[in-house]
Parts: sequence; structure tokens; C-alpha cells
Amino acid sequence: MTPNDKTARIGADIGGTFTDVVLETPSRRYSIKVLTTYDAPERGLLDGVAALLAQAGLAPADVGFIVHGTTLATNAILERRGARTALLTTAGFRDVLELGTESRFDQYDITMDAPAPLIPRPLRRGVPERIAAGGEVLLALDEDAVRAVARDFLAAGVESVAVAFLHSYANPAHERRAGEILAEAMPGVTVSLSCEVSPEMREYERFSTTAANAYVQPIVASYLGRLDAKLRAGGFDCALFLMLSSGGLTTVQTAARFPVRLVESGPAGGAIFAASIAAERGIDRMLALDVGGTTAKICFVDQGRPKTSQVFEVDRAHRFRKGSGLPLRIPVIEMVEIGAGGGSIARLDGTGRLTVGPQSASSEPGPACYGRGGAKPTVTDADLVLGRIDPTAFAGGKLRLDETAAATAMDQVRAWEAGPQVLALGISEIVDEAMASAVRVHAMEQGATVEDRSLVAFGGAAPLHAARIAEKLGIAEVVIPRSAGVGSAVGFLRAPVAYELSRSLHQRIAALDLEAVNAMLAEMGAQAREVVSAGGGDPAALVEQRVAYARYCGQGYEIAIDVPARPLTEADRAGLLAAFEAAYRAQYGGVVVALPVEILTWRLTVAAPAPQPVAVPGLAPERVVTPDSWRKVMDPASGQVHDFALVRRAGLRPGDHVAGPALIVEEETTTVVSPAFGATVDANHYLVLRRQGETAGARA
Amino acid sequence: MNDAIQDLRLQVMWTRLISVVEEAAQALMRTAFSTTVRDAGDLSAAVFDTQGRLVAEAVTGTPGHVNSMAAGVRHFLARFPVAEMEEGDHYITNDPWLTAGHLHDITVVSPIFANGRVAGLIGCCCHQLDIGGLGQGPDGRSIFEEGLQIPLLKLASRGRVNADLMEILRQNVRTPLQVEGDVMSYIASNEAGARRVREMLQEFALEGLDGLGDYIIAQSGAATRARIARLPRGTWHNAMTIDGYDRPITLRASLTIEEDCIRVDYAGTDAAVPYGINVVLNYCRAYTVFGLKCVVAPDVPNNHGALAPFVVDAPLGSILNVQRPAPVAARHVIGQMLPDVVLGCLDQALPGRAPAEGSSCLWSVQLRGKLPDGAGFDTVFFNSGGAGARARQDGLSGTAFPSGVRAMPVEVTESAAPIVIWRKELRADSGGPGRQRGGLGQTVEVATRDGSPFEVLAMFERVDHPALGRSGGAPGAAGVVSLASGTAMRAKGRQQIPAGDRLVLELPGGGGLGPVAERDPARIAADLAEGRISAEAARRDYGHN
Repeated sequence: MTPNDKTARIGADIGGTFTDVVLETPSRRYSIKVLTTYDAPERGLLDGVAALLAQAGLAPADVGFIVHGTTLATNAILERRGARTALLTTAGFRDVLELGTESRFDQYDITMDAPAPLIPRPLRRGVPERIAAGGEVLLALDEDAVRAVARDFLAAGVESVAVAFLHSYANPAHERRAGEILAEAMPGVTVSLSCEVSPEMREYERFSTTAANAYVQPIVASYLGRLDAKLRAGGFDCALFLMLSSGGLTTVQTAARFPVRLVESGPAGGAIFAASIAAERGIDRMLALDVGGTTAKICFVDQGRPKTSQVFEVDRAHRFRKGSGLPLRIPVIEMVEIGAGGGSIARLDGTGRLTVGPQSASSEPGPACYGRGGAKPTVTDADLVLGRIDPTAFAGGKLRLDETAAATAMDQVRAWEAGPQVLALGISEIVDEAMASAVRVHAMEQGATVEDRSLVAFGGAAPLHAARIAEKLGIAEVVIPRSAGVGSAVGFLRAPVAYELSRSLHQRIAALDLEAVNAMLAEMGAQAREVVSAGGGDPAALVEQRVAYARYCGQGYEIAIDVPARPLTEADRAGLLAAFEAAYRAQYGGVVVALPVEILTWRLTVAAPAPQPVAVPGLAPERVVTPDSWRKVMDPASGQVHDFALVRRAGLRPGDHVAGPALIVEEETTTVVSPAFGATVDANHYLVLRRQGETAGARA
Repeated sequence: MNDAIQDLRLQVMWTRLISVVEEAAQALMRTAFSTTVRDAGDLSAAVFDTQGRLVAEAVTGTPGHVNSMAAGVRHFLARFPVAEMEEGDHYITNDPWLTAGHLHDITVVSPIFANGRVAGLIGCCCHQLDIGGLGQGPDGRSIFEEGLQIPLLKLASRGRVNADLMEILRQNVRTPLQVEGDVMSYIASNEAGARRVREMLQEFALEGLDGLGDYIIAQSGAATRARIARLPRGTWHNAMTIDGYDRPITLRASLTIEEDCIRVDYAGTDAAVPYGINVVLNYCRAYTVFGLKCVVAPDVPNNHGALAPFVVDAPLGSILNVQRPAPVAARHVIGQMLPDVVLGCLDQALPGRAPAEGSSCLWSVQLRGKLPDGAGFDTVFFNSGGAGARARQDGLSGTAFPSGVRAMPVEVTESAAPIVIWRKELRADSGGPGRQRGGLGQTVEVATRDGSPFEVLAMFERVDHPALGRSGGAPGAAGVVSLASGTAMRAKGRQQIPAGDRLVLELPGGGGLGPVAERDPARIAADLAEGRISAEAARRDYGHN
């Protein structure tokens, strides 16, 4: 293979167990999974990169683009391995981080405890100062008090300081001045200001986000510095980008300044992967479902863009319980994660109800059928007992699954007098219902509809369950892509260089101070452009998007409305109002409210054009595949046993059609085509399942 | 085989119903105007069968609402029989004796129609910030002063909102548009939930919820009874004295564990008082059962079956079973104490399972004043003291228990009303000493932004009677209500804060559990280092130098 003028691109995702690296050239994709090297994560990454370059016959100088995502920031928080961090705040509010919402996330559990704040109480200090909700100064900043606290922090060995004052989103002057004093008094110590990290109303979320940023900043900055230096030393002279939780890419410099924005970079890559499939197949409304061994992640992708959110929770005391973690107010791809995956363990609860997850058998000992000491029944065991997985073909035949062990494990959930098949069906149904329920509740929270979406399912366990989940949700099309195992790293290569900023400015639409709004948006735009332009590329090609978060005066939750990316004029008031009312009706029905509308927050995103996936034409089924053999499998929708056709995915070609019921088997997983569905192979070798009787290819 | 599959389908539908009411609760919070609902989550949503039995509730609900509504829906059915319901009907009331114990909680119940028949009912109950009258304080002398009473009425008939009722409502409240918006959000939430239930019935080809309801109720009832059967039999007594309005009130309970039920009788409890801290029986039952359920069967989903094995009674005319037209607006002050009372009984039967007494009563700060332009403002914000120490853990600091609500952010409260909260932080030395320390209360200081005078409708508890410890643990600190200038204030009733002064609230701490001598010295040192106890208290209470 010849050097190819820097057209090679590398995506690298450092996860908790594996580091996935993907190398794409204009003609091919190479991928590798290496073990994550905890002591120095860059080592595993560089090893993986070297292996792929060797495989492709390329040199570092041939690489034009490296995108990196990492769980380093997240793990530092989860394992409390961050820097020694202090909080400087308004006198009287040192406990905001500990009081939180003053509520219990579990109503009936009297033994619950919230996660400990990242900053212990002795390092949370208040100084006299006060700004009112409108931004007026009620009490001037006591600068001597800041200096005195800085001396105490130095004496206590503080490495990083979060500065968070009340209402600093409305007037940042005190925070900025305190930041200057700290920088002078504590050289070498990193300082995070809440007015820069998360300039939005609601002190607990803003303080918590700023504390997390300060907590991970020294570690992330030093890691990124090392990685950058080693890449340069190794002969790479291309740009290095970091994947943000929002699905955009940013430079090393910005990532080192706002590392809290990196926490969800891996899952964001998965969502971007799904979005690229949406673009290839022209799917306007998608439900992306990523089911791994322990969790399922759910994300809506509309018009090829994953939905985004402004709040995320990290370090949940009960991993899947809302409100049990530390809130972070950062731009993040909106997704829900529930404890449902192939390794999820089934049990009977105190009421004799069959429940599945969130406990997982993980990869060690793994499901009972792995024969590695696991004895508890898992979703994978149920899939095996139901005949959906070929015990001889799992992991390419490397691991012979033990059907007897799986069937025996079913005994532990004997909720009814029934054989292993029915119990396995129960496990499968309960876990599918849990995923379907999570989708429905998430849809309600997002004001999204479900029935009219295409379900794109990836991750090892998704193809086994996707058709049944689609049946439960009334969804008519399911897409099972390729390369699902390294989806996040592939997604990194589909993401645009982008940066997003939010600011609170609380005004009614009718009384909007257009001059102030225009000035603020122009400033935000300039700031975002500076970040994005640092990544190179054509400044004229940058796309700016503006969104306002509005509500009826007196409500507590805002909904997003699109705002034109130009200075607003008088004429825009009516348009903003109409856009709000339309969005409100779409979300909550035709209830008429005769109240003024107010805008609380403005969000602005500047993005370079994303690499455009090539659209794939729809393909009509050309050949009906004759199955190799048949297997008896119980179908949960009817409770009946059907003869399922057995087909190998490797042997399928674009245009092939497999009528349901069928099992399409590949190395890591099996796609269950229920009796209600039929599957067609598209030009990208994706499996496209549609309800039987509907014409495949109708979308083209 | 077919029975097993049928059973499985019922379990799937049970999971589905809980997610349906969860959706309804989400819709309420997103469309509500009252900060109590939108920011504090003071609401509940639930599904009932056609007999009015609670089948599923949103896990976000607060006990005073859910369990009260569980008792109240049968009153709706008595007034509006299923046979006369029509599609698009919605029914409403805020009658304290029928549902959640004060006029500020509005309940809306709606039929779920499927195939032209009533398949079940869906309801929500929300804390309405403004219901006219005196406002939410203990100062009313009868229900007539406390606000607008909405009897059991049709809120909407075949999809048409009752315009007369809405006009009366608007005329009786201070913020008519917001109140109307809130009421509309109740309808929207019930409709969203009903739609989901209908889809589920279609998917499973069911006529109605009754068969499913029977199954859920039977399963939950059996599970709860099985837990009770494992408990020791007998009767235990406890009494707890709290501040009351102007004189102390003693709450007495006897708790009897039988083979398949737990009976609580509040015989001997003090009589009702002329102030708005009286409790209706529904609300008394709601918090009593909640407290017991936390210890006896916390993991059984809440519904009619799970609630039925708990039988609660209080003498007619006592402060826990008050009769019309007594005032009840601040009934949470006493109702939220009931878990402490019954857990005191249960602790004798099951040593080591119940936490110590806590601050328990939410310190809801209801303020009223004038804006610079002369217009009035009313506002409320929630604060919680310390919870009781637990068998193996310290008590939760500044955390609501038994209430399930959240505190509003200070920045939201200050944006909604011209007040400044100058301080809101943990109160050192307020946690009751013990092997496990009680949770810390907090100190809150508030004034108007321009220093103008304002009023507080005080309804604070545990100022004279602190939360007691258990098993040798010491009491938490009592609450203190005062002005920054030093003047003491009453814990109950409407009072003025003069111009330029601030209201200072020191919230009670939770009681300790176990002997102080058994506390891990490392924990004492940590408390000291973190300023949770002072050096003096470490010496005095723990003998730590």
C-alpha cells in the first residue's frame, strides 16, 4: 500500500476494560481492541495505533487526523482519584455541594446515602460577597478575605480551586476578580470559574459542575500533554482532537481547560455512529439502542442529529436511579442508561416478581452457560435456552456454550411451575419490557414519539432482542449495522469539530432587550469560533446554530426553540413566540395557556462541516435466501414454538432477503427475526428488518 | 404452560403500569407553574382499578399524597359512578377530608376509556401554591378561612372544561393565570397517562385493568403479609410530645403485630386544636403506613394490596382525626411526625431496625411582603433539618424524611420573589450524639432584597421538643426561630420581620442512636475536622480531646 497523502484517520476510545482503535483509509477500515493500560492510558492507545499502522502498511506521517475519547475524567471522579480540590464560594453557602436537593432518591430505602461531594467540607470556604438574582451587587467582594483563604488553601496543599458564587451567571465580576487573586496568590494551581464552566441558574448544578471540572483538570491536562508530546515524538504531525460529551470535537487546549465536558465521550461516539447510519440510510427519526453486557443505552436521533441535553449525572449511588449522582451541567448527548444487558442477572424479588438486572455477571464469571463458575441465570442464558444462540458458533466457536448449565440456572427463577423454556421466555420478556419502558419514559421526558422511528440496534446483545422491543414499541423497521463492537471509535471519525456554549439571560420575549441579546450571542459566537478555528479548516465553512430555552412565565422547565443565526430584530419576537407555542403543543398537547413566554438560557453551537457519510440507496429484496437448517424457538409475542430458519450472516449478500421467523447468526451475536419481521441485506451489508407485508426498500 | 405465560404477561403489564404513572408525573413537573410541583416534586400520580383501588403509583410521589389518594378515589366513585362516566370527563376536589388533608392539595381523577368502556382510573394530586384564603399557614381558625374549597365536581365533561368552576377559581386566587395553568397541567398529565394505558390494553388485548389489578394487589398483599408473619407478635406503645401551636401536643400510639396485619391505634392522642395543624384521618394513615413500610416491606411496590395489611385508626375529634370545619392548612407539621411515633413502637418489637427520631417536619418558609411598586408577593421555599441516626449509619443531614420533596434552588427562589437568602448551611453541633450521630440541621437567614419589612407564616416544629435518640443515643438540637437582631420569634403563626432585619432559622438535628461511648474515635475526629461538631461539643458530648 502506498503512502496516501494524510488521508488516514484514527479514532481511539479508551474505555474501562478495552481501548478500541479504528484506522480508516479511503478504501478500508482496520480496528483493534487492546487492554486499557491504567497506569499510563496513552501506552495502550499508542500500541493499538502502531499495530494498525503496521497492518495497513502506513507511517505516522500518513495520518491526517486523530480523534480521541477517554473515560479518564469519569474514572477519576468515580474512583475519587482527582486532584486535591477546594471550593471558594459565597459566605453562607459552603454546603451547597452537600445539601444538594435535600431529598432522598429512594423513597422507601432508609439506608440510602448520597455520593460524597468531591470537595470535603474543610476545603469549602465562603467569603463575603453577594450578587442579586438580577445581577446587582448587594455586597462587594472582600478581596482580603479571598487572599486569606488562598493562604489556607496553599497550606492545605490544594492543587485546584473551584470558584462558585451565587448568581454569577448574571454577573461574573466577583468570580473573575477572585480568580485573578487566586492566580496571583497560588501560582501553579488551576482555577475553574463557575461563570465559565457552566454559567447557568440553579446553584447546586453549577457548583457541582465547577467542582468536578476543577477536580479532574490537573490529571486530564497532564495526560493530554503527555499524549500530545508522545504523538509528536512518534512522528505524528496531524491535529489531535478530543471527543466531547456533546458529540462534537475540540482541541487539546480546550479539553484541558474544561475537562468535565469529556465525561461521556465514549457513549457520545456510539450516538454519532448511530447518526452516521441515519445519514447513510436517510433515516429521519431514529431510536438508537446499544445493548452491551451490563447496560443498555437509549438515544433519539432526529434528522441525523442525536438529541442533546444540558444535564448529566455522574457517580450515581444507585447506578440507574435518577437523582442519586452528582449533577453536571454540560452539553451532553441525551441518553438513558439502564441496567439491562446480556450479562444481567435474573432473580425473584420480595413479591415473587421476576426481575432482571441491574446486577450483571459481567465477563467474569459471566453467564452460567460460559461454564466459568457463573451459576446465576442471565439474559444470555435465557437466549441460549430459547434456542436463539447457536452454542457451537458463539465467539466464532471459540467458546462452547453449556446449554445444560443455562437450563439448570433457570430453576432459580421458578416463579411458576414451568420448564426452563418458559422461565427463559420470562427473563427475555422482562428485560425487553424494561428496555421498552425506558424508551417510553425517555420519550415522554423528551416530548418525542416512538412508533414512527427506525430502531438501530448495536452492541453484542441488541440484535437478539431488537425485533421484540420493536414489536413492543410499535416500531416497523429495525437496522442491524456492521462493526457494532467498535461503534464508538468509528463514531469519533464521523463527528464534526464543534463547540457549544450556554448563558443564562432571563427575559420575557415581549420585553427582550434585543441589543443585549445580540451582543451576548455575538460574543458567544466569537468565543466558539475561536475554539473551533483552532482545529484548522475553512472558517467560512463553519455553521452556527442558536437555540433559546423558553417557558411560560412561572414554569420550571424550558423547551428548546431554534433561533436564526443572525442579529435579532423587532420582527423576530412574533417568530420566537410562535416557535415556542408550536413546540409546546407538540410536546404537551393542545392545552392553551394565556401567559407571557420567557427565555432563560441561550445556547450556541459552532461546528465545522462533519465528514459526510455516503448515502446508500434503498435496495429491494432481490433473492430470497433458502435456509441451511431450521430450529424450534419459542416466540414471546405468541408464546408459541415456531420453526426458525437458520442463516449465516457471513454468507449474505446485498439484496438477499430472509423471511421471518429466522435466526441470522454471526460471530458475536445472533439477529432474531421474529415471525412478524423479514430481513433484507442493504448495500452496506446492514440487516434491515421490516414488518412482513410492508415493502422493503420503500424508503429509497 | 398457558397459565405461566398468562402470569408472565401480567408481570410485564405491571412493569408497564409503573412506567405509565412515571410518565404522567414527569409531564406534571414539566408543565406545572407552582414551584412546589415543578422544582420540589410535591406531587403524585397513580392508576386505580374500577373499584378505586390503587394499582400503581409513580415512584416520585410523596407519601402524604400517594397514600391519601389511595384512600380518596373511592369518594370520587361514590359521587360519579363508573356507569355514568363519559370519555373526556375529569373530576376534581381539594376537600381535605376526602384526599390529602389540606386545600392546597388538588386531586384530579379521570376515567381511562378503552373500547367505549371504563377500563380503570388515573389520578394526580399536586401541591397548589395558591388556593386563595390566608395562605398556607396555621393561622386559620376554620377551613373557611384557609382558601377556596372545591367539592367533588366535574372539572371537564366530555372534553369540555367546566368554565364556571374555572371562573370561580380564578376569582378566588392571587395568581389566576398560573393556577389555571396548573389545573390544565393536571388534565394533560392524566390524559397522557390514560393514552398509554389504552395502548397497553390494546397490545395485550384486554378489556380493562381489573384482572391485572387483582393480580397486582394479590401479589403485593401476599408479599407484605409474608413479611409481617415473620415479625414477633404483640403490642407495643409509644408517646411523643411535640411543640404544637401554643401548647405541647402528645401523640400516643399502640402498635399490634398480628399474624397477617399490623394495627396502629392512636387512642389517647390529644384532641384537635383551634389552629391549622390538625390532621385528617386519610393523611394520618398515609404517613403512618409510610413509616412502617420503610422498615417492614420497603421493596414491595406501593398499591392497595401493599397498604391493606396496615390498619390505622385514631379517635374521632383527636388531632389525628379532626372533623369539619376545623382548620388543617399546616397539617404536615404533625402528620410528618407520625413515622417517628410508630417507629418508636416498632423499635421495641424489632430492636435495631428503626432509625432515631428526626427533624421530620419540613420547614416550609412561607413569606409575604410588598414589592417596591406596592404589589404584594407571596413565596415559599422548603428546608429540611437532620434525619435520625440509623442502625449502622449516621443520620442524613439537611434531608427531607418522611416527606419526599426536594428543596427549591436558592437562585430560583430569589428570581421568583424579591428576597435574599443570606445563608443556608449545615448547623454544627445539631446532630444528636451517639454511636451513630443524628443528621445535622441547617441554618437559614432570609430578608427582603430592599430591606423592607415582611411577614412569615411560621409553621416550624421541634423548637421546644427536640428529636429524641434511640438505644442510648442523645437528642438532636432543638430548632430556633429568631431575628438577626437577636429577638426570639414564635415557631408558629404569622409574624412581622421589621425593616432591615433578617429572619434566622436554625433547623433541628436528628437524634443519635446507640451509646456515645461506642462511637468510633476516627468518626469523632472526622466530625471535628469537618466542623460538624465543635471542639467544645467533642469534649462535652463525646469526651474527645
